[in-house]
Amino acid sequence: MDKKVTAIIDKYDADRGQLISMLQDIQAEFHYLPREALIQVSETMGIPLSKVYSVATFFKAFSLKPRGRHLINVCLGTACHVRGASKVLEQIERSLDISRGETTNDFKFTLETVNCMGCCALGPVVNIDGEYFGQISAGKVDSILNKYS
Amino acid sequence: MITISIDGQELKAKEGQTILEIARENGIYIPTLCYHENLSPYGACRLCCVEIFKGGRSRIVASCLYPVEEGLEVKTNSPHIINNRKMIMELLLARCSQNEVIKKLASEMGVEQSAFKAKYLENEDCILCGLCVRACEQIVERSAISLVNRGVNREVAPPFLEPSADCIGCGSCAYVCPTGAIKMEDKDGTRVVYARNWEKEFKLKKCKKCGNYWAPEEQLEYIREKLNLPPDFFDVCPNCRESVP
Amino acid sequence: MEKIKSLQDLEAFRNSIAEKRKVGKPCIAICSGAGCLALGARGIINATIKEIERQKLKAKVDIKTTGCPGFCEQGPLVIIYPQNILYTHVKVKDVAEIISKTVINGEIVDRLLYTDPTTGEKFIHESEIPFYKKQRRLLLGNNSNIDPNNIEDYLALGGYSALAKALFEMTPEQVTEEVKRSGLRGRGGGGFPAGRKWESCHNAPGEPKYVIANCDEGDPGAFMDRALTEGNPHSVLEGLIIAAYAIGSHEGYIYVRNEYPVAVENATIAIKQAEKLGFLGKDILGSGFDFTVRINRGGGAFVCGESTALMASLEGKIGEPRAKYIHTVERGLWDKPSNLNNVETLANVPLIINKGADWFNGIGTEGSKGTKIFSLVGKVNNTGLVEVPMGITLREVIYDVGGGIKDGKKFKGVQTGGPSGGVIPESMLDIPVDFDELTKAGSMMGSGAMIVMDEDTCMVDTAKYFLTFLEEESCGKCVPCREGIKRMRQILDDITEGKGKEKDIELLERISATLKDTALCALGTTAANPVLSTLRYFKDEYEAHIKQKRCPAGVCKALIQYYIIDEKCVGCRLCEKACPVEAITFMGKKKPVILDQSKCIKCGICKDVCKLGAVGVK
Repeated sequence: MDKKVTAIIDKYDADRGQLISMLQDIQAEFHYLPREALIQVSETMGIPLSKVYSVATFFKAFSLKPRGRHLINVCLGTACHVRGASKVLEQIERSLDISRGETTNDFKFTLETVNCMGCCALGPVVNIDGEYFGQISAGKVDSILNKYS
Repeated sequence: MITISIDGQELKAKEGQTILEIARENGIYIPTLCYHENLSPYGACRLCCVEIFKGGRSRIVASCLYPVEEGLEVKTNSPHIINNRKMIMELLLARCSQNEVIKKLASEMGVEQSAFKAKYLENEDCILCGLCVRACEQIVERSAISLVNRGVNREVAPPFLEPSADCIGCGSCAYVCPTGAIKMEDKDGTRVVYARNWEKEFKLKKCKKCGNYWAPEEQLEYIREKLNLPPDFFDVCPNCRESVP
Repeated sequence: MEKIKSLQDLEAFRNSIAEKRKVGKPCIAICSGAGCLALGARGIINATIKEIERQKLKAKVDIKTTGCPGFCEQGPLVIIYPQNILYTHVKVKDVAEIISKTVINGEIVDRLLYTDPTTGEKFIHESEIPFYKKQRRLLLGNNSNIDPNNIEDYLALGGYSALAKALFEMTPEQVTEEVKRSGLRGRGGGGFPAGRKWESCHNAPGEPKYVIANCDEGDPGAFMDRALTEGNPHSVLEGLIIAAYAIGSHEGYIYVRNEYPVAVENATIAIKQAEKLGFLGKDILGSGFDFTVRINRGGGAFVCGESTALMASLEGKIGEPRAKYIHTVERGLWDKPSNLNNVETLANVPLIINKGADWFNGIGTEGSKGTKIFSLVGKVNNTGLVEVPMGITLREVIYDVGGGIKDGKKFKGVQTGGPSGGVIPESMLDIPVDFDELTKAGSMMGSGAMIVMDEDTCMVDTAKYFLTFLEEESCGKCVPCREGIKRMRQILDDITEGKGKEKDIELLERISATLKDTALCALGTTAANPVLSTLRYFKDEYEAHIKQKRCPAGVCKALIQYYIIDEKCVGCRLCEKACPVEAITFMGKKKPVILDQSKCIKCGICKDVCKLGAVGVK
């Protein structure tokens, strides 16, 4: 049994109502939801594995696949959309040669989209590892990606 | 007791009952796909929608979930309802364009084909009614399968789409499935329970007396443990057990 | 800090804060709202801290990181107190000058002041700027005065006095009555009268009762709940505690969406501070009332803004709505009576208790009282958060507050109500901001996103955008929503690709009718609104796509072409370098570049990088 997962479950007193919070903490720890961790949560909490799996696949924030070192989130909220967010997304997809939801072969980047980050006044917005980039255009994409190693 | 009216008939009902229950008790037909009387109602297929009238206003509700109340007036087949049911069938038909059960039910409602373009038609059998998931959870108490993913990507599956350790091969899911999306086959001492996206094989237990294969070993072991029966309890099949003097 | 155990303690503590602050040290307030962070506010904060240390001013000058004052377009924003000087578009290199000139010598750095783009006039104070003039910032006003992580800032401005008043001077029934009389309606989208909801929950049999603050702001384009929870979390918390008192609840939740990490952090800190001082926990302020709150994070699902889905997710289940034939105020979380209010609704409560229902219902229209915060975004000059009195017209919001349409373009429509709402055309811009008026216009108030669209926005594409969004966000439980939205999106895909047929519009309308009638939850029943409203007001655009295979706004890729405007092109070759597919070739000085349509993937980068407007779309 993984001690990190045990500690996370303990932190929430194994409260069923905090399942989503636990999964979030596990994901923060491992950058994805490892299979063994889901099994451990199921066994420790006495929740059928199928239910844990159901929750892990329902919410967009969770990933069951290992993710890259840098997580790119492209906002596709309405305000970003009317200002050309899809062009930005397409350019990132071309530059990294992956589609949304995928990770580059070298595990450098994972590309995801989010339906609004609440920075609507500055759309299009891209968030990389928690850092916001506002008023992006397709033309600015490469110079931003080049900052990351 | 409460009095309600369905399609003009005055009917007696008990508090807590649903419109659908009262309709069924009185032989009034309301089509359903996700309802089973032994399982909690889910309200997913929306075929059972009916029109209710209260205080001069009408509203469309799912009859499998709507609790009856005194003086409730229900119409099960107003033109409004028929049109909605037809559209729901068209949508299901677009998803399950080759499924015989869906084709037949649609045809009964006067929908011979879906208005959607041929290139978009799908060949699914599962309509995501969730009966299998509820049966596995509420009757068998194993929760081996669940509804995974969200929205258009939703599917019924065991965890990680692999044979589930919790599945005992009882086949309740296949039994309750209205469209044949989950199937079960027994052959040569094995049982396979399967759907488009998953399957699990089970060894069947051989009766010590007649030599027939009669039930999955995992299922019998589960029942034996649950009811605290002796280890040799299931060595003979029920038929042979009855014939023992 | 010690626990406050009585009304007298509270006032004594408030006075001690005032005493401490009497000296009036200069203060540099830096907005750390998401918008300003996106524009580099973190760098400004770090540079300010460093510079203050370098100039050895730590004892003389305060630095405060505040919530969002709303004027995101002009960020990063810095306000210098006590003079209240607003600096816009601040850069790291400006920091030293701001400190030595303004903070030390009281001089104004002219170039950092807000300049009106039309008149060229410069403004020193926030309140004089046209963007703020027609606003009435009851809820947002304190965001730039408060460090959200410092409860003393909130207390210094009279915070928690409404709670004290409710606990010591009013019965729970009187509190509910006051809120009922105020006419406060739910700000999350539904517009249900908040006081009536409280009353139903209070009267419902069953214990315990739960109160929940809904900060699962999923409407794409809305961020007022974020700004309130991040910028003034105690105002939300105070509203929640008062609601709990009125309802008779001792356990509460704040449900914050996962995409708002700062809101989670600030609300968590606020709860800890409130517990420490005795605004939460056992025997609050010595009144005998107990109440605890915990935070739950969403998992990235728009549908969890729906009350039953939110409660399912609070129980650790998937966010699947259930039929609400039995209301959540009777059977909600864990099947117990549960009251869910939106964050903005709750933030109004302390004001109503302090100033009275009569004051509150004096603002607004017959059916809609108080103010409403909108996120004014899209193709408008002054994007940001605006708080306006109900009853103001859409035109005033867009033109007077928002400063009109960007780049002198023509207004086309304004989308309110998010994916459940609709687009309102030019001809209806004089309708007032009011729950019922917006619904009549085929849209709705929703949570307050106001997305301005100009002539370059395609209405079919907009409808497709919302359906794509809803298709991704539908939980998948009921057939009309899961299957219907997908089919509608496919039809719109075809139309935007020039493959639409005339009968497609009728099919869209038929599916819409069934969604509205039979879908399980509000996500589904309102899903067709963006399509129906654009069909109602912009049918000609649908027809242009279907009959003439033309996208009048120049958006739908399959129906447009990029071209080089030779007269404007000087051959700088920026577009050639930027083109990802080598569709642009440099030809020498005379006819600088040509664009090969057979290679062009219509990514639009050439148009983005061209500084001379020499790339056109047709």
